[in-house]
Amino acid sequence: MEKRATFSNASIGVLFVAPQILLVFTFFYWPTGAALFWAFTLERPWGGGNEWVGLDNFRQVFADRAYWASITRSLVFAGATTFLAMGFGLLLAVACDRGLKFYQGFRTVFVWPYAVVAPAAALAFRFIFAPDAGIFSALVKSNPEFWNPAQNGYHAMVMVIVCYSWKYAAYCFIFFLAALQAIPRSVIEASAMDGAGVLRRVRDIQLPLITPTFFFLLVISITDSFQDSFSIVDVMTDGGPAKATEFMVYKIYFDGFRGLDYSGAAAQSIVLMFLMIVLTFFQFRFIERRIHYS
Amino acid sequence: MIERTPLLNVTTYIVLCIGALMVFIPLWLVFVGATLTVREINIPELHLIPGNHLFENLSAAWERGHLGERLTNSLIMSLGVATGKVAMSAITAFGLVYFRFPGRMLIFWLIFITLMLPLEVRIVPTYAVAANALWPFQSILDATGISGIIASLTGIQLALEWNLLNSYTGLILPLIATATGTFLYRQFFLTVPDELLEAARMDGAGPFRFLTEFLIPLSRANMAALFTIMFLYAWNQYLWPLLATPDRAGFGTTAVVELKMLAPNVSTTGGGTPDWNVAMAGCLIVMLPPLLLVAFMQRYFVRGLIATEK
Amino acid sequence: MAAVSLSAVSKKFGPNTVVDKVDLAIEAGEFVVILGPSGCGKSTLLRMIAGLEATSDGEIQIGDVVVNDLEPRARGCAMVFQNYALYPHMTVAENIGYALKVAGLPKADRIARIQSVAQMLGLGEFLDRKPMQLSGGQRQRVAMGRAMIREPKVFLYDEPLSNLDARLRVAMRAEIRRLHQRLGTTSLFVTHDQVEAMTLADRIVVMNQGRIEQIGTPDEIYRRPASAYVASFIGSPGLNLLRVNVSTNDGHIKFGDGQLLAYDRKIWKNLQDGPVTFGFRAEEARLASDGRGLSIRFSFSEELGSSRLIYGAVADEEAVLMIDHDEKFSADETAALSIPNSAMQFFSAETGRRIS
Repeated sequence: MEKRATFSNASIGVLFVAPQILLVFTFFYWPTGAALFWAFTLERPWGGGNEWVGLDNFRQVFADRAYWASITRSLVFAGATTFLAMGFGLLLAVACDRGLKFYQGFRTVFVWPYAVVAPAAALAFRFIFAPDAGIFSALVKSNPEFWNPAQNGYHAMVMVIVCYSWKYAAYCFIFFLAALQAIPRSVIEASAMDGAGVLRRVRDIQLPLITPTFFFLLVISITDSFQDSFSIVDVMTDGGPAKATEFMVYKIYFDGFRGLDYSGAAAQSIVLMFLMIVLTFFQFRFIERRIHYS
Repeated sequence: MIERTPLLNVTTYIVLCIGALMVFIPLWLVFVGATLTVREINIPELHLIPGNHLFENLSAAWERGHLGERLTNSLIMSLGVATGKVAMSAITAFGLVYFRFPGRMLIFWLIFITLMLPLEVRIVPTYAVAANALWPFQSILDATGISGIIASLTGIQLALEWNLLNSYTGLILPLIATATGTFLYRQFFLTVPDELLEAARMDGAGPFRFLTEFLIPLSRANMAALFTIMFLYAWNQYLWPLLATPDRAGFGTTAVVELKMLAPNVSTTGGGTPDWNVAMAGCLIVMLPPLLLVAFMQRYFVRGLIATEK
Repeated sequence: MAAVSLSAVSKKFGPNTVVDKVDLAIEAGEFVVILGPSGCGKSTLLRMIAGLEATSDGEIQIGDVVVNDLEPRARGCAMVFQNYALYPHMTVAENIGYALKVAGLPKADRIARIQSVAQMLGLGEFLDRKPMQLSGGQRQRVAMGRAMIREPKVFLYDEPLSNLDARLRVAMRAEIRRLHQRLGTTSLFVTHDQVEAMTLADRIVVMNQGRIEQIGTPDEIYRRPASAYVASFIGSPGLNLLRVNVSTNDGHIKFGDGQLLAYDRKIWKNLQDGPVTFGFRAEEARLASDGRGLSIRFSFSEELGSSRLIYGAVADEEAVLMIDHDEKFSADETAALSIPNSAMQFFSAETGRRIS
């Protein structure tokens, strides 16, 4: 879409755009470029500049079992949180959309978790799941093996997934409800007159009509789970125990800032960028095109 | 609509109530935790009834986490990001929509692409840029040989440096460098009828007048929505402030980053009893501002969220 | 086919009464149009019959069944919505056949019935398209097909033509009428367009502020409007209404500026002394060649092609005339009007009801 009427003074237009360009160049393109550069080079010791090493950094990263393990963990985390958050979000949105009495109150409450700062949620759930003080403490008293996220990697993973899903379900809820309420009332009424009951309408009319939102959330949930999980992991588990919750971004952070392996971290960043771009591209290219009504 | 579905209605309410409980229970447990003493909270059982040590714990958390300073930092950063983003988005979108200049589409795409890659994935080099914001420009000057020319002409070895670490500028600028709001504004400007500009021009309004007296007043609702979203986004930031504020004793950091320091671990308690009560009190304090903002701005918040993401 | 009857039906939204004790009996097979301005409660009335709104008070019967508490699907009504309300993700065939699918009809039967309905509406070649790919008129047909396929007892139309352009509206109007003749299903049609009402209806129900002003055939409504409101709403232009004073002894009525006009005491037996509203149709008054009659001062005219509308003032109140082209007219001229006694209508100045 383009404007028919515009201002003729082109140089003023450039001035309006310039600040953003400067900022984007400095804090987006330069760092992204630097990541690319670092990914293909190795810093010589004692400030000897960078040496071009081609794909060596990538070879090294991909040869590292720990890296593959972090990818697997990230995918498991992405899958589990997406499933839980979208599932609960959708269920609650459909329930709210029925418009029964008091639904506005429920709607307000369901938005809250999204407004809770992620590290605060993380701290809260760390307390709630703490074996010595939280909800499991009574059970742990008789059987210390029953629950201990500080020692057991699976427990830690479950804890991180629950916390993230709790917050993210609210996000999904907001989008699902907005999509449901955007369906024209008369379409619902028409199907009611055609004989469809509440559940039948959900299945035949409402769910098909919100598929664009569904796929949008699917992609966004996966990409967001890669990036937004960092604070939750850092506060709850520090990536542990024994790296059981070390996801991709956490590993980049850890290798780059704790291990000072800039080249390795850069190569990992490039892989992650590539993944994100593929997912986003997939969304724009296929999903947006195939499923669009109105 | 007349619908006799008593069973389904009951089921719906059960679902809604379970949902509400799932939201409430963690929040309640945090609140209860913040009202107990260290001894009480470490009794291994489920604590559901609040004690009466809330204010002690709050002030202990306030004290230990330097929350006064930290919250001020968070507030300044969030206000800076929200204001900066709103202003920047508006003028950029204005430039892109209302002017024709060579390379306009290229610039549009350059800005658009920034949506795809969040700060987290380019965190290491962004940190390097923040350590010296003029590094990109120094490199360009070096690479093009300009700094060599300057050195030979004036004898001055050019070494541009602008360290943004431990500063509000450093916290704010990288967070503004994405396109989120620009597209919201672009969409909005595109829906403004052409006739408005034509009429304004016939009345003698130039670009600045048109922007400040027509478009900005018209976009007030959008602005409120974007502001709310960006404030929350900035308040929530964790990884960036964590890295950009290494000087904890001097500049400090944001309240959200400070939260982790409140969590009991072996090094802070020195093997003593974990004081979850203080941690939960700190948690409450840091949680509150965004919750209040969302409660008061719910309409704008939801609308802004949906508009900026789609 | 079924009769529909409403007795003392009301609808309240909070403190607002949108529909106020409406009584209405519709015979089986009748085509009834509910006519009124926006906000008069006509759509709400229709939606109550459909079961999309609960009734606050009163009783609705379809056939012999009181349907107040029945769900929409149990009432045997089909509805055509103003914005068509087609299912955007389904093809035309799926849209039309959805009700049958919900009812659990075998696929073969469904296809046969979809085919026959589509044939009747000329939609045969569009069955595989999505609503998005159809024009406004075609969407309208799909909406009607979706209603027809269920062979409902009652058709409900909620301003179905208002989203179409003028030409298409006339064509669809004729088509709806033709379908009704063929299927003979009881139909209720809500509109704010009096031409639609006049052309479609067996009987018209004129509503105003939640109440029924008049029920009658188009001819009755036009010739003998039951109230000043109906009179001004029906016809194009509406009835001219002027405030006058009646003097029964003298057999004349007196206008605001003192002009007198004689009327026939034998026809107007029920007139009483005092203020009333006097009305006449623009097309029934003639310019008097002999210069005797009610004096009117012209201001401007509108060309209609076949005739002309002349606006002017009678006793300082606005009046409109419809005259032929051969009659002369010029602005600011004063002329005399002759109105046949049979064309004079009177309405109570207080209640607005007709005096016969």
